[in-house]
Amino acid sequence: MSKRLDSGGRIDRSQRIRFRFNGKSYEGFAGDTLASALLAQGVRLVARSWKYHRPRGILSAGVEEPNALVQLFEGGRTVPNARMTEVALVPGLTARPIHAEPGIEFDWRAVNNRFSRFLPAGFYYKTFMASQKAWHFFEHHIRKASGLGESPTEADPDRYERRFEHCDVLIAGAGLSGLSAALAAARSGARVVLADEQNEMGGWLLSSDATIDGAPAAQWLQDTLAALRALPDVRLLPRTTVFGYQDHNLLTLAERCTDHLAPGSAPAQTPRERLWKVRAKQVVLATGAHERPLVFANNDLPGVMLASAVTTYIRRYAVLPGQKAVVFTNNDMAYDAAVALHKAGAQVQVVDARSEVTGDLSARARSLGIPVMAGHVVVQADGSGSVTSVQVQAFQPDGQLGQASTRLACDLLAVSGGFSPVIHLYCQSGAKPVWHEPGACFVPGAPFQAERSAGACRTPMNMASCAQDGWRAGAEAVQQAGFPAPGGAAPQLLAIETGSLRPLWEVPHPVATSRAPKKFVDFQNDVAASDIHLAVREGFESIEHVKRYTAMGFGTDQGKTSNINGMGIAAQLLGKRIPEVGTTTFRPNYTPVTFGLLAGGELGDLFDPIRTTAIHDWHAAQGALFEDVGQWKRPWYYPKPGEDLHAAVHRECLAVRHAVGTLDASTLGKIDIQGPDAAVLLNWMYTNAWSKLEVGKCRYGLMLDENGMVFDDGVTVRLGEHHYLMHTTSGGAARVLSWLERWLQTEWPHLKVYLTSVTDHWATTVVAGPKARAVLEKICSDVNFDEAAFPFMSYREGTVAGVGARIMRISFSGELSYEVNVPASQGLAVWEAIQAAGAEFGITPYGTESMHVLRAEKGYIIVGQDTDGSMSPVDLGLGGMVAKTKDFLGKRSLSRSDTARTDRKQLVGLLTKDPQLVLPEGAQITDTEFKGQTPHPMLGHVTSSYMSPILGHSIAMAVVKGGHHRMGETVVVPLRDGRNVTATICSPVFFDPKSERQHA
Amino acid sequence: MLLIECPYCGVRAETEFSFGGEGGIARPLDTETMTDEQWGDYVFMRKNPKGLHHEQWNHATGCRRWFNVLRDTVSYRIVAVWKVGEAPPPAAQAWFEKNRQGEKA
Repeated sequence: MSKRLDSGGRIDRSQRIRFRFNGKSYEGFAGDTLASALLAQGVRLVARSWKYHRPRGILSAGVEEPNALVQLFEGGRTVPNARMTEVALVPGLTARPIHAEPGIEFDWRAVNNRFSRFLPAGFYYKTFMASQKAWHFFEHHIRKASGLGESPTEADPDRYERRFEHCDVLIAGAGLSGLSAALAAARSGARVVLADEQNEMGGWLLSSDATIDGAPAAQWLQDTLAALRALPDVRLLPRTTVFGYQDHNLLTLAERCTDHLAPGSAPAQTPRERLWKVRAKQVVLATGAHERPLVFANNDLPGVMLASAVTTYIRRYAVLPGQKAVVFTNNDMAYDAAVALHKAGAQVQVVDARSEVTGDLSARARSLGIPVMAGHVVVQADGSGSVTSVQVQAFQPDGQLGQASTRLACDLLAVSGGFSPVIHLYCQSGAKPVWHEPGACFVPGAPFQAERSAGACRTPMNMASCAQDGWRAGAEAVQQAGFPAPGGAAPQLLAIETGSLRPLWEVPHPVATSRAPKKFVDFQNDVAASDIHLAVREGFESIEHVKRYTAMGFGTDQGKTSNINGMGIAAQLLGKRIPEVGTTTFRPNYTPVTFGLLAGGELGDLFDPIRTTAIHDWHAAQGALFEDVGQWKRPWYYPKPGEDLHAAVHRECLAVRHAVGTLDASTLGKIDIQGPDAAVLLNWMYTNAWSKLEVGKCRYGLMLDENGMVFDDGVTVRLGEHHYLMHTTSGGAARVLSWLERWLQTEWPHLKVYLTSVTDHWATTVVAGPKARAVLEKICSDVNFDEAAFPFMSYREGTVAGVGARIMRISFSGELSYEVNVPASQGLAVWEAIQAAGAEFGITPYGTESMHVLRAEKGYIIVGQDTDGSMSPVDLGLGGMVAKTKDFLGKRSLSRSDTARTDRKQLVGLLTKDPQLVLPEGAQITDTEFKGQTPHPMLGHVTSSYMSPILGHSIAMAVVKGGHHRMGETVVVPLRDGRNVTATICSPVFFDPKSERQHA
Repeated sequence: MLLIECPYCGVRAETEFSFGGEGGIARPLDTETMTDEQWGDYVFMRKNPKGLHHEQWNHATGCRRWFNVLRDTVSYRIVAVWKVGEAPPPAAQAWFEKNRQGEKA
């Protein structure tokens, strides 16, 4: 049974903390993790495994934990798959086991374990390839059975922040190596950032009884942190995981700011988490090493723990994980756990796979009288729900088992298969690890970016070497960054002999692997040695294939305790050396990172800038609904009480055609073009000719990409001799400006022409309808609005409602129409003056929906609606706009064989046989009725479709293959509900084909 | 996140820039005499080297000027940066000697 020790540990026994786990109330201390607090209360069973739903306990004391996952906190603050070994205990903490029904004590899905021989790796594929129907039936149940924690269903109430930092040296890891590096680097005056993922800095020092510079480790740690804090340019970041090594020495860090504090006790405005983006001149990776478990039958029983974790629970948390312990190891490091157990009052014996036991730690253990069975292995752990005994056999140098078997009673099995340097960040930096034969592990090779590794993550080494190595790395980093070498020396410890390691990837069993009880490799994904045997038998030879076939290493722990064991087993089966089987690759993130951290403050209204015009509030006050056009909010329609969209649009459109309406067109892109070469630029950019456009005239232009496809359109106005104003679509303004600038800067830098975005400088009111002239004449007396004096497609400057205005006679609705541009600050006042002047005529504001209908009645295109980047001017029926003599961007593509085909999709109008039927936009067009037969040849699709108020019947614009030559022909539009609608191809100009109204 | 030196503004983070693809492509002068294939090469075909790549970048949220970059697509190391219209700096000369094919700088 596990229990709390009466004294010792780094917990604060004066602060009791109540918390809930699995529906029960427990108590722990400040400084506990959820794991240590539960172990202290004798709780062993904490989870059920993912596939077989086997009972599981706590394996480790850190981020490498594969078993002890919980659903932490509730509601919008809940965190799925939190690792108990990392969760700091805080008052009111609640945690639930995940993925066990009805609970971990009894999980009905444990029946999977009974049928486990039918559920090995790859069983989905093999079982369900035969019958798709069977898969569709079982999928629902399998989905419910798989997965781990639950996503929150409520909005996250917490704040998340983001910060940039630039420093000279970033040190990842504040254990002995990292702290030594920090001491070497910081005293030179360099800016140093030191980050560590744990709740307290210190790494292994928090569990060590070593002496450093003559002081106990805990004391040295405290003094060192105080010394670092006192230095002016050192930033200490505990509870901060360096989770990504990105490009050019940019590293991403996740700082947890409040989860370790009692709720409500953090200063106001403290974010829950903070993302640091640190650009470091030099990096020191001091990330330590993870202990590997050993792979033997039933090695996943609760009560089986990593030896270093046992040491940590005893020394750091004052928790004795068991009272009758067996330590099973292939190396000398585990003897530290044996000593710690012994000193805490437990009964201990050691089973050592090495025939010859070498090393200072084992010598120390033996001198305390701890019994050691050398040259033996644990072949099987036994117990119902928790380990109660182990079966031990002799292990010969040739790898064979001896015949005789001994049973040892125990309630705790501390295992150690060696240590794997934590090389994840090193690999993420773009570098390649190399295999280290004596340590049976991968270690960093040459650096790829400006970094170096130090300590146990660089190569297996003892603590004394860690201090030296860290110091060296810190000194080197800081000098590379341009600072002087540090004075002083590395912290001093007694060096110890680390002894030998006997590689042991899979412990043999008296019975064949496929028949023995499961020997787990990846605890989180329930991958056993037998699965790897199966994969190799089926021909998967690369570790990348074995991993994908078995799902080994694919859990939230990313295989931290399983990757190397798995590679070792695969290598052994293939008769290869581990490096021949493959090298591990790591990608960010080192440990899971919350979405909140990455989203930062860019949520809700701050997700994307919202752009509103100067007249926006007026629209809102009138009850307008808004539509998003790019980042702009544009009035969509203005429903009167009782009106739906169709009723409002009907009323607005008829008001424009019969009287007068106003549209806020401020959002259209406006680019001011000035310079002697302005017309040269326009001639390059547009398909039509611009040299002869007179001052005071407007012209519509089509802009093509070099592939000859329309990507923007708009009217450009000649304001003066060398002064033009180009209009673009609302959503394309930035793209067009970039396009123009790129060509000017990179292709024609000699042209004298300058561009300025003035979209936001001007507010634009469109006044459209037969009464438009009458309205403007009331509020503008210095412009002659007569048809002869101010013809269609021309420009005048005048004073509207007392404000200097640019007035363009342009029409998108097909009615008599003027666009009144005034400085944005006056936009609302002028809009209101126009409303007042138009009141006697029934002036009506109209939105984008009505605008779409009105222009469709005239067959005018909207780029992005009727075009999709694959329509040339000829396709759109605008071949007349293509100049014949000059070159322009996209010109040559128009004569490419594919662009010149006559059977391309071409823009036409469609009239449905049923005049009240409005075709869905996007509907496919075919020649014959569709009755389910595939393939059914498609001719094109409907691009714009509306009920036309002025005509009283539906209209549509569409693109149809060879449509320009099929006028009058009938086509079929199959609908989703099975109906086949008949329609006739016609001109897309449905109303006022001679355009008499806009010339009025 | 790359660190890029804008030749006008100095060293900035990648998020301030927008990538403009292969650099140094001059628009053909006599497009009417080109075959469809030659024109297609100009419109569509771009180099995709495993190694040094001549690129153009725009300092989109800074000075908004375009400039040339010689960058290694494997290591992401930026070898040289220079303004439009200027000769490539010494660090890039060797590569240009080997790879120049009627490019503009």
